Amino acid sequence: MTDLSMPQTQTRTQSATGKIALRWLLYVLLGLFALYYLMPLFVMLTTSLKSLEEIRTGSLISLPREVSFDAWKTAWSGACTGIQCEGLRPYFWNSVLIAVPAVFLSTLLGALNGYVVAQWRFKGANIIFSLMLFGCFIPFQVVLLPMARLLGIMGIAGTIPGLIFVHVIYGLGFTTLFFRNYYVTIPSELTKAARVDGAGFMRIFWSIFLPLSLPIIVVTVIWQFTQIWNDFLFGVSFSQAGTQPVTVALNNIVNSTTGVKEYNVDMAAAIIAGLPTLLVYVVAGKYFIRGLTAGSVKG
Amino acid sequence: MAPILDINNLYKNYGATEILKDINISIDPGDFLVLVGPSGCGKSTLLNCIAGLEEITGGTLFIGGNDMTHVSPKDRDIAMVFQSYALYPTMSVAKNITFGMKVRGVDQATQDAKLKDVASLLQIEPLLNRRPSQLSGGQRQRVAMGRALVRDPKLFLFDEPLSNLDAKLRVEMRTEIKKLHQTLDASIVYVTHDQIEAMTLATKIVVLKGGIVQQIGTPAEIYNNPANLFVADFMGSPAMNLIPAQASNNGSGTQISIARESGETLVLNDARDLSLPQDVILGLRPEDIAEAGFRAGAGVQEAACMVDMVEPAGADTYVVSELGGKQVTARLHAETSAQAGQLLNLAFDMSKVSYFAKETGERLN
Repeated sequence: MTDLSMPQTQTRTQSATGKIALRWLLYVLLGLFALYYLMPLFVMLTTSLKSLEEIRTGSLISLPREVSFDAWKTAWSGACTGIQCEGLRPYFWNSVLIAVPAVFLSTLLGALNGYVVAQWRFKGANIIFSLMLFGCFIPFQVVLLPMARLLGIMGIAGTIPGLIFVHVIYGLGFTTLFFRNYYVTIPSELTKAARVDGAGFMRIFWSIFLPLSLPIIVVTVIWQFTQIWNDFLFGVSFSQAGTQPVTVALNNIVNSTTGVKEYNVDMAAAIIAGLPTLLVYVVAGKYFIRGLTAGSVKG
Repeated sequence: MAPILDINNLYKNYGATEILKDINISIDPGDFLVLVGPSGCGKSTLLNCIAGLEEITGGTLFIGGNDMTHVSPKDRDIAMVFQSYALYPTMSVAKNITFGMKVRGVDQATQDAKLKDVASLLQIEPLLNRRPSQLSGGQRQRVAMGRALVRDPKLFLFDEPLSNLDAKLRVEMRTEIKKLHQTLDASIVYVTHDQIEAMTLATKIVVLKGGIVQQIGTPAEIYNNPANLFVADFMGSPAMNLIPAQASNNGSGTQISIARESGETLVLNDARDLSLPQDVILGLRPEDIAEAGFRAGAGVQEAACMVDMVEPAGADTYVVSELGGKQVTARLHAETSAQAGQLLNLAFDMSKVSYFAKETGERLN
């Protein structure tokens, strides 16, 4: 017995050390990757806090000798986008005015669509759903011209409502898909019970399905907000002076300066433009993961 | 007394597939109707048709004397309990129970009063503020019943309400449903695939197979006089013995011969003059075959049979013997001395025998 147990204990301790080594290797690798991915942010942040003089003389990755927020101030309210020099501020608000209603509407309509397709099976429901799914895969460029024409006919070309319209339409495929897949896991007996109780189509949606949907709403909002806030193509195609979103303004700031390139202002502007999506991830990120997996766990 | 539920020539198709064929059922107020059959026989579809959750393809449907054929579920004056309970997950127990009244615009005072009544009837008062996810299976079942009871409908519909519960709880809830039926004198349509549930609960049973009604009758009728081989085999546990046999008229009654692999042909006499065809299937319940000397009566005939297997089951002992190429089960008393591989004198109660046609499976007597 004893000589048998000896090698067994040995292998056990060996595998234990092996486990610890593996764990450390994992941490080191993860750390390296994190560093690698955070590097650009680090450069952006430090550069935005340096003066132009220091950028010209110092190294790219050195910390600022003197922290200055002048570049941020300029980026927010003084940088020139073409002939106007109002900074990002007005365009930032344009983006907010576009993103908030567009996210709200596309999420709400996606929830309704998903509810219909998943719970009120009608003839052709699957075909309609497949067509909506197909909409997710149509490249943006394909719809630019027809969309411009449509916006012109509707009389909302170059306006913020026009951009909201475009984003809502383009988002519906994805939002419907999210909600449909979530609602499909909810037993249809729930709808039947509510129908016997006397509730109608909208009542069942508001009182029973919407309150159940928090995880998937969070997922959809994050997804849609990121898409709409970061969109450049629709923004540059369907806007005019005064209705441009922040991404277009950022491009103009970076590309339309003459003379000395103000890297610090460019970096600050880029961070400002990216902050809202970052914020949404930090605040709602844990729900994002939870929501994406919720459907698969729930019976 | 006008029937509370009257179904006439009901058909239900999905596309070209016929799910239900020519269903005719009528029940009186206070009846407990159980729809029973194997899975896929259309019993749940029939219940959904009664509820109005499925449009019917043909026929008419009356509830409480009113034509409800094309009326929406909420106006049929029914309440339904589902297999998965279907409680609204984000609402408290109290809100679950009062949701229907809220939708129908019942005033708050009435809602509170009815909620209180139902909660005390089902003993769920301590649970009223909980969410469905915080309840056990039996408690959820109770709440689902509360939601149905609070409506005080003309007709209750139960869709396999006990099949998600464990065995012990199922028996408890079964008793409770039966008690509720007796106290409330409610009219109930109940779907199950469990024939014991059907036997214990029903005042009337409908056996379905392949969308066709096989037999309608009281539990005793269904059990003692099954209309065909399917019903005979489906109802009762252990199942009815179905033995191929030869019948001939012997002047005063019927002589039945059953071939045996080992030994001579078993010949039994049925005193009834039945004029049967030559090839029949003889149906005899296990409890109608006893050990010789333990069963008396005009129709009892004794014969020695080879015991193949003995299965003690506590209260009874089952003995299996080969007859007509089938394993035939006899239900003996627990203290029997029967032993496998030995001959045993068995008493066959021939007055209880059902005969079925060999080709069609229909009952002959």
